[in-house]
Amino acid sequence: MKTVEEIFELIKNKFPEAVFNLINTQPLDSYIEVSPLEVDKITFFLRDTEELLFDSLVLLSGVDDANGETKKDEDGGITITGGTLSVYYHLESTSLRHKVVLKASTPREKPEVVSVTEVWRCADWHEREAFDMVGIVFLNHPDLRRILLPYDWTAGYPLRKDYRNPEFYNGMKVPY
Amino acid sequence: MALKTEEMVLNMGPQHPSTHGVLRLELILEGEIIQKVTPHIGYLHRCFEKHTEAMTYPQVVPYTDRMDYLSSMYNEFGYAVAVEKLCGIEVPERVEYIRVIMGEFQRIASHLVAIGTYGIDIGAFTPFLYCFRDRETILNLFEITCGARLMYNYIWPGGVSHDLHPDFIRLAKEFIPYFRKTIDELNNLLSYNKIFIERTANVGILPKETAINFGITGPMLRASGFKWDIRKDDPYSVYNKFDFNIPVGQGLVGTVGDSWDRYYVRVLEMEESCKIIEQALEQIPEGDVSSAIPKRIKPPVGQVYGRVENPRGELGYFIISNGGTSPFRIKVRGPSFVNLSIIDELCRGYMIADVITILGTTDIVLGEVDR
Repeated sequence: MKTVEEIFELIKNKFPEAVFNLINTQPLDSYIEVSPLEVDKITFFLRDTEELLFDSLVLLSGVDDANGETKKDEDGGITITGGTLSVYYHLESTSLRHKVVLKASTPREKPEVVSVTEVWRCADWHEREAFDMVGIVFLNHPDLRRILLPYDWTAGYPLRKDYRNPEFYNGMKVPY
Repeated sequence: MALKTEEMVLNMGPQHPSTHGVLRLELILEGEIIQKVTPHIGYLHRCFEKHTEAMTYPQVVPYTDRMDYLSSMYNEFGYAVAVEKLCGIEVPERVEYIRVIMGEFQRIASHLVAIGTYGIDIGAFTPFLYCFRDRETILNLFEITCGARLMYNYIWPGGVSHDLHPDFIRLAKEFIPYFRKTIDELNNLLSYNKIFIERTANVGILPKETAINFGITGPMLRASGFKWDIRKDDPYSVYNKFDFNIPVGQGLVGTVGDSWDRYYVRVLEMEESCKIIEQALEQIPEGDVSSAIPKRIKPPVGQVYGRVENPRGELGYFIISNGGTSPFRIKVRGPSFVNLSIIDELCRGYMIADVITILGTTDIVLGEVDR
């Protein structure tokens, strides 16, 4: 069983360019910031190294950080420009009993993160959900379709902070 | 001249009775053999996660009820565990015991639905009636506690809404020995029934490594022979004070990790839940149940992942707080969502009838898959 600091040291030494910081917020969960375009290599290393063995991806979540420039519009909605969207990976080792959280931030204008479906198969649906809800594009994903929303949904990504409810859906007025 | 053959696409659902809700499975068939299963979900989607961003922390509780409507108590339990971890709230011991008792009763009730409807899927109607009769008794216990039978709004961050009813402990103590007998009855009716075994043994075998890689949790993972239960492996609440076993699949009538094992692990778990409830009813201390409920929840900036062992597997709440009174983001790790994603892998190479067998043992609740 390793602490977050030890895990951070290990992957920082292996990938000095792709692993950035350890954000320590004890007693709440700490997390490690990593590069969105190298996250597949890092997670392969995390899964296969003998002293880490992160064999389980517990949760993958897409989050709108809403840290860009916020502008209020006349209709009451907001528009956000710049800033980042993030993907959080909650990993766990069932044999060594340690846990770690990774965070990969990607620019809002071109949100691209490398898929980890080859490392853990369950990432498939989690990534589709993050794509569907937050609009993060997962490179190399085998089947990146919408999952919870209808396939013909065009009104945007609901879990972004500047999302607006559409006035019409398929020609029907949306009542509110 | 060879006969010309081609693959056939068959849509199962969204109204198919064995899908336990509105789920559409697109099957690609070669004759009667499954080549590929594509699940289409989202028919019940209402974006719970977006709702939460417009509400305060306590207001989220009734919405969690409506995700997995067969184990509402546990959904609230998980949410309370996560919020308490985020705010650093210490909960009175009596509350923890009440939560455990309610949670385990909910587990039994949920497994009874799983087992009963599974019998119907396979063609055995009678066990369903037995299961629902006993589930009714548990729902009555919930009703005298908080007034509701399905959507409780009972477990709040920091406490529970009402103390136990004066009759609760007596009625619960009467229920356990009565229920033990009905488990035996159920085993004779269904578990060891020859037709039932023929339909389920050696069907949909899930090896342990595949299960872990797919993130499968709960009875499905344990049926594959892997002893993993958050109640033991990452204890929350007061689960470390009780003595109980984690049943795993042993391949008694077929191979480890087949449909029968996944079914039978649930039967065994009901017995373990009875053990926990018995101990908790003996040990429960006196005390105030609402003293730790905060007037206003305003957690510090940060993020937390709180998880519990729901009847279906690991239920986790990932909460990000920006210091305000409503959550910045709540992401739910629903066990049904993850467990359903393996359906394609499990069904390939089996017959159409086996899809029903396999889907029944994943025990999904579409309210949680779609959220």
